[in-house]
Amino acid sequence: MSAPLLRVEGLTVESRAGEAATRIVDGVSFALRRGEILGLVGESGSGKTMACRALMRLLPSSRLALAGGSVELAGEEIMGLPEAAFRSIRGRRIGMIFQNPASHLDPVMRIGEQIAESVRFHQGGRRRQANEKAVELLRQVGIPDPAQRAAAFPHEFSGGMRQRAMIALALASDPEILIADEPTTALDVTVQAQILRLLKEIRDSRGLSIIFITHDLGVVAQLCDSICVLYGGRVCEIGPKREVLAHPRHPYTAGLMACQPGTAGGSGRLRTIPGYPPASDALPSGCRFHPRCSHAVSPCAEVQPPLDPFAPDHLAACHNPVRQASLRTRETA
Amino acid sequence: MPHALLIGAVLLAAFVFVAVAAPLVAPYDPIFQDATARLAAPSAAHPFGTDNYGRDILSRVVWGTRVDLQIAVLGVIFPFLIGTAAGTLSGYFGGLTDSLFMRVVDIILAFPFLVLMLAIIAILGPGLASFYIAMALVGWVSYARLIRAQILVLRQSDFAMAARSLGFGHARIMFRHLLPNAMVGSIVFSMSDAVLVLLNGAAISYLGLGVQPPTAEWGIMVAEGQAFVTSAWWIATFPGLAIVLLAFGFSLVADGLGEKLGVRQ
Amino acid sequence: MNRAASLLEVDDLVLHFPVSGGGALGLWRRSVKALNGVSLAIRRGETIGLVGESGSGKSTLGRAILGLEPVTSGHVAFAGIDVTAGRRADLARLRRETAMVFQDPSNALNPRLTAGEAIAEVLRVHRKVLPAEIPARVSELLSLVGLDPTLGNRRPQALSGGQCQRVGIARALAIEPTMIVADECVAALDVSIQGQIINLFIDLRERMNLTLVFIAHDLAVVRRLCDRVAVMYLGRIVEEGPTEAVFSAPRHPYTAALIRSIPEIDPDIVLPDAPMQGEPPSPLSLPAGCPFHPRCPHAEARCHADPPPSLRRRDDHGWACILEPGALPTPLNASPIPIATGESA
Repeated sequence: MSAPLLRVEGLTVESRAGEAATRIVDGVSFALRRGEILGLVGESGSGKTMACRALMRLLPSSRLALAGGSVELAGEEIMGLPEAAFRSIRGRRIGMIFQNPASHLDPVMRIGEQIAESVRFHQGGRRRQANEKAVELLRQVGIPDPAQRAAAFPHEFSGGMRQRAMIALALASDPEILIADEPTTALDVTVQAQILRLLKEIRDSRGLSIIFITHDLGVVAQLCDSICVLYGGRVCEIGPKREVLAHPRHPYTAGLMACQPGTAGGSGRLRTIPGYPPASDALPSGCRFHPRCSHAVSPCAEVQPPLDPFAPDHLAACHNPVRQASLRTRETA
Repeated sequence: MPHALLIGAVLLAAFVFVAVAAPLVAPYDPIFQDATARLAAPSAAHPFGTDNYGRDILSRVVWGTRVDLQIAVLGVIFPFLIGTAAGTLSGYFGGLTDSLFMRVVDIILAFPFLVLMLAIIAILGPGLASFYIAMALVGWVSYARLIRAQILVLRQSDFAMAARSLGFGHARIMFRHLLPNAMVGSIVFSMSDAVLVLLNGAAISYLGLGVQPPTAEWGIMVAEGQAFVTSAWWIATFPGLAIVLLAFGFSLVADGLGEKLGVRQ
Repeated sequence: MNRAASLLEVDDLVLHFPVSGGGALGLWRRSVKALNGVSLAIRRGETIGLVGESGSGKSTLGRAILGLEPVTSGHVAFAGIDVTAGRRADLARLRRETAMVFQDPSNALNPRLTAGEAIAEVLRVHRKVLPAEIPARVSELLSLVGLDPTLGNRRPQALSGGQCQRVGIARALAIEPTMIVADECVAALDVSIQGQIINLFIDLRERMNLTLVFIAHDLAVVRRLCDRVAVMYLGRIVEEGPTEAVFSAPRHPYTAALIRSIPEIDPDIVLPDAPMQGEPPSPLSLPAGCPFHPRCPHAEARCHADPPPSLRRRDDHGWACILEPGALPTPLNASPIPIATGESA
């Protein structure tokens, strides 16, 4: 197996309010291989977005601080790099797309110009070449009549087209990694299917690695190669997609799968996880899921469970893991 | 509680105390003329000195607090109430009501503020009552616009829709659900407005159209002291300082309230 | 359909909003064509799902049903009384018997009232109980939606999204409504909380014989909860029928495409290689002919030219398309998938 393109170890983000500091991202580790799509799954407050912001050094508030961890890009440690050197990575080797492209595109600049500007900034070259590259990128992300549409402003695009333009903008620097933060959450389901398709095609054609942040396990099942489930700022389960979905070991993963109305089908009551996700200023001790966990045993409230291996590359942090298979009962039934 | 709010509130409370307890705090009668001590410099007997009639400046500043606080409070309350009511109705009902309202606002805003005030006072005759009426007729526009803008936004909010879907009447939706959420901005504005009203009141009195002599009022005192600025600086300085200090108190409270209540754009 | 049993009847409802601006002198004033002739009957005690993408008019229809939007033409009758006629007494009656639950749970509550005050206000305005009994009834309602009554002292900011949504539901129940319209009421919630709220609706429906209009873009949620489903596209109902019939054998190509677009959690039920192209057109300018034809893989010449097909009905299952039932392939994810996770509940 090849060495990972990106290796994140023990990433920790602290939120400081007065004296108290809480770890809203607590020792998050994962690896991303070339051409791999990793799904970072979690509910609000799980730390999935903060972890990615932290590794891009884009923490949104001065109260949030990186409190430890290492990030290796192609074998080179980038966490300690000075800010000036880091700028050759952010946006260039690692690109980002967001849930709401409207707020990340310049509203008074033509789409084509924005992409051409990024092409010239990252790769230099003449204006005409950059413009041609911009049109080519728009074609690649499936915008019809790209030569004409390049002259449009963001508000003239529909939601799905804007997300495509955002993807083209991120691809302008020819990045190795794309961080996609809930890029389909605000889209209609038919348009979401188009964007998921597009991301797969881009991965296949460019060998791009993608970190896909989402709350939707269905999207992960469709798009990703591996899954990393976060809860309360910690990784509770990580592994290859099929392995995790077939044998979820952490009760939270199993619970999330069970409460998806989609696969459950039919009618009647859903299985649910009791309680609410913890607030970031009141994180439980021990395993952060224990107050809501039907599997909780005596050490759960005090001792943080380590990530234990269950199968190749499949780790879960639980004192009393789930033993039964989940999905795929259709074959046996 | 933000520091600004605390300091401002203490300052305002001190002025209110001085105003209420003026007879106890003031060492002399504010209009008593001591012919033997004209233009006396600050001393133990007259800490702020005396004016050209031999009146004690400290006592006049203390008694003036009553008048000037009243100007600031009444000069804000009437425009506030009228503006809030007009802005709420206009923003909530929209349509013709709103169009008419906006035209009236445009007309009033077409005139310079002070010119309009002076015109109204000139018609009604000098005096504090005229001043309050003029303030109410001109000043409500700012409050109405602030409130209307907020109500227009809140009217579209889910909780306004929820209140309608629950069968609540217009009055209840306007005054219990929308208005309390719309008022934060104008409450903060009223505090900074009090500063302007105070300065306006002083200016009007200075022009001889507000409070009439020999009543102790800071604006008049500054006006009277103007002639002696080079020879007897204390006559205009101490009432001037009082105006600054009270204005400072109001604006601190305005800032602090804004911070505490979280004024939204 | 048995008209006598209908609690709510919507008849050829049209609703156009004028768009502000619209050129000099408003000569080119355009309008958002939110609803373009919607007819629908909802039976007492039934749960109906209104689904569709943005611009489908599903939320507008929900609000129009409750008399919260001025209609352009057509009628809404609640319990046999036309509530679009604009009579105050009829509207008051509608308000006494219906309630709404909103998408964004924290925005639907007045930020200055505590949860308890918000519920108490409804009880007071509608004189549901004696003033002395209000606190007890508030506690009872909070317990009914699964909240600790002590949370009644909190303002919305101090409650989580799921808790706010429960308060919103408790407030709706304070009316003791016959019918509740829930507009995307789980869309803003975390997945683990969505299930709790859906279960709450299932319980309440059984206990109180509620009629429920459930507006959602999430078909899976609708399938779970609803007896019937109406699929909307650009202000029209394109398919309507019993939930299982619609999901297992969709008759309109839009419904079929919508169902196929759901990303299923089972990696073997893959999304189509060629997803449906395009996005819903703007409701400002509707396409001529069948509004779905620009995106429809089955469109023929007459779909471009002829007026939009009207809803045909067979076996209590209506569809607005020239295709015959059975013409569309069964979606892969049409049949419910049994799932077993962890130990049994």
